[in-house]
Amino acid sequence: MSETFAIEALGEDALLLRLGETLDEDLNLRVHALADQIARHAPAWVLDIVPAFASLAICFDPLAFASDVDPCQAARSWLNGLDLQQAQSRERLDARLHEIPVRYGGEFGPDLEAVAEHCQLEPAEVIRRHAAAIYRVGMLGFAAGFPYLLGMDAGLATPRRATPRTRVAAGSVGIGGVQTGIYPREGPGGWQIIGRTAFCLFDHLRDPPAIVGPGDRVRFIDATLDERDAR
Amino acid sequence: MSIRVLAPGLSTSVQDAGRVGYRKLGVSQAGVMDPYSSSAANILLGNPEDSAVIEITLSGPQLVFDSAARIALCGASIDARVDTHVLPCWRRIELPAGSVLTLGPCRKGARAYLAVAGGIRVPPVLGSASTDLRSGFGGLHGRCLRAGDELQLLDKTAGVRQLHVDTRWVDPAEDLDLEGVARIRVLPGRDHLKNTDALHESDWQVDAASNRQGLRLSGTRLEIASERERISEPVMPGTVQLPPDGQPIILMADAQTHGGYPRIAHAIRADQPRLAQLRPGERFRLVACTPLEAQRALHEQRQRLARIRVAMEGIG
Repeated sequence: MSETFAIEALGEDALLLRLGETLDEDLNLRVHALADQIARHAPAWVLDIVPAFASLAICFDPLAFASDVDPCQAARSWLNGLDLQQAQSRERLDARLHEIPVRYGGEFGPDLEAVAEHCQLEPAEVIRRHAAAIYRVGMLGFAAGFPYLLGMDAGLATPRRATPRTRVAAGSVGIGGVQTGIYPREGPGGWQIIGRTAFCLFDHLRDPPAIVGPGDRVRFIDATLDERDAR
Repeated sequence: MSIRVLAPGLSTSVQDAGRVGYRKLGVSQAGVMDPYSSSAANILLGNPEDSAVIEITLSGPQLVFDSAARIALCGASIDARVDTHVLPCWRRIELPAGSVLTLGPCRKGARAYLAVAGGIRVPPVLGSASTDLRSGFGGLHGRCLRAGDELQLLDKTAGVRQLHVDTRWVDPAEDLDLEGVARIRVLPGRDHLKNTDALHESDWQVDAASNRQGLRLSGTRLEIASERERISEPVMPGTVQLPPDGQPIILMADAQTHGGYPRIAHAIRADQPRLAQLRPGERFRLVACTPLEAQRALHEQRQRLARIRVAMEGIG
């Protein structure tokens, strides 16, 4: 079955392909499969293919086209000539599963109590549910290597903090609405921080620099337990 | 062969043409804000156009050259002197060893580019010398220059004995007219405004909170035609976003890779240099254009740069 999407010019040097407008894991899986297919056919003038939750951008060099050609039109024609299939199998994308140890609560997760209160759960139950799911990296954005994870238990959804923190520690694991994610480096952030990991998500000296890539899967391992056991 | 930083200026960083191919991993493009001026400075020195340069914002650094160097300053009109000699912009200049280059305020425009023959040598990160200030890598230690920093240069200074200013210069007026009210051309975005002409009808002013990530505009409060939930989608440098306060943001070189605000327009690439030169408080206009006009303008700008290179190489 052919993949279907709306195409829109994103300025003069990118096309946006929209498969939908909802946060949905199956839709997101189709985005990554489509990005893979386009990447396999991409000519040299395609500079980047940027997946998002339900859309992707194809970035290109407009100077690869003559001065009397609309580069977006040219890119659209090229795209229309491809036989792009809707993803039938998760096999390729499911190849990579990252297990990320997290110390929940306390100094590592200053908002665990607030999340528990909002969700009307015990903190231990928040941890259990957060570490029980297998997540999909919907996209990397906001900061270099920041993974937006889809697939969180709906009972853990908590709005962002009313006032964002000016400093969130590197490795902080947070909840923002129905999503969860990990801050690869210290910086400002508005998500509810429930834990922290020492797992390296992004290393700019490595290529590719993102250890956890778009479309990968992630499972959190509750490392708080190990400490309790050790005592 | 190095430049030592005596005083860093307001916000001075090493930049080149930027990082390409990593937006999928959340990595911004970074790179020079005004690629016309940085290219012109490199061309004046016979460097590849995308060689790393020093980007200076509003107020410049003081630098000491430990050996002779050839330099060029392009972009904003900036006060520049070595000892008591006032240096012009848009020309090739030879500096003897030990020169202390003092760069003052930008008089017109916001960003000046200091290129050095051979380019500034910093270890490339993900294929680029550009400083990614938000992510803290690239350039010199992933940050703006500080007093005491040292930048390495290639030795391209054979024959330089004394301060010498080349008689040839670049006239940037066609690409970078810093005199009048800037008219920045934009392509339509996905999201329509209630008053479709509102973006083009009035003046906009650059807010002081603007930076390399985006220019925050102040002016008429804009309203989106249809308010609805939006999920994050890819954005690009040039994308004009409309946050809930109704004051647009034009994304620039350090633009994040994804955004959830309505996208009401896209500033064209050929006008990126002029956008980068807008000063806090400066008034300007946004005017509509077509994709073909944008494409022609970009090609024409590249051709003017190519002609500068031919002229420099032709005379030697």
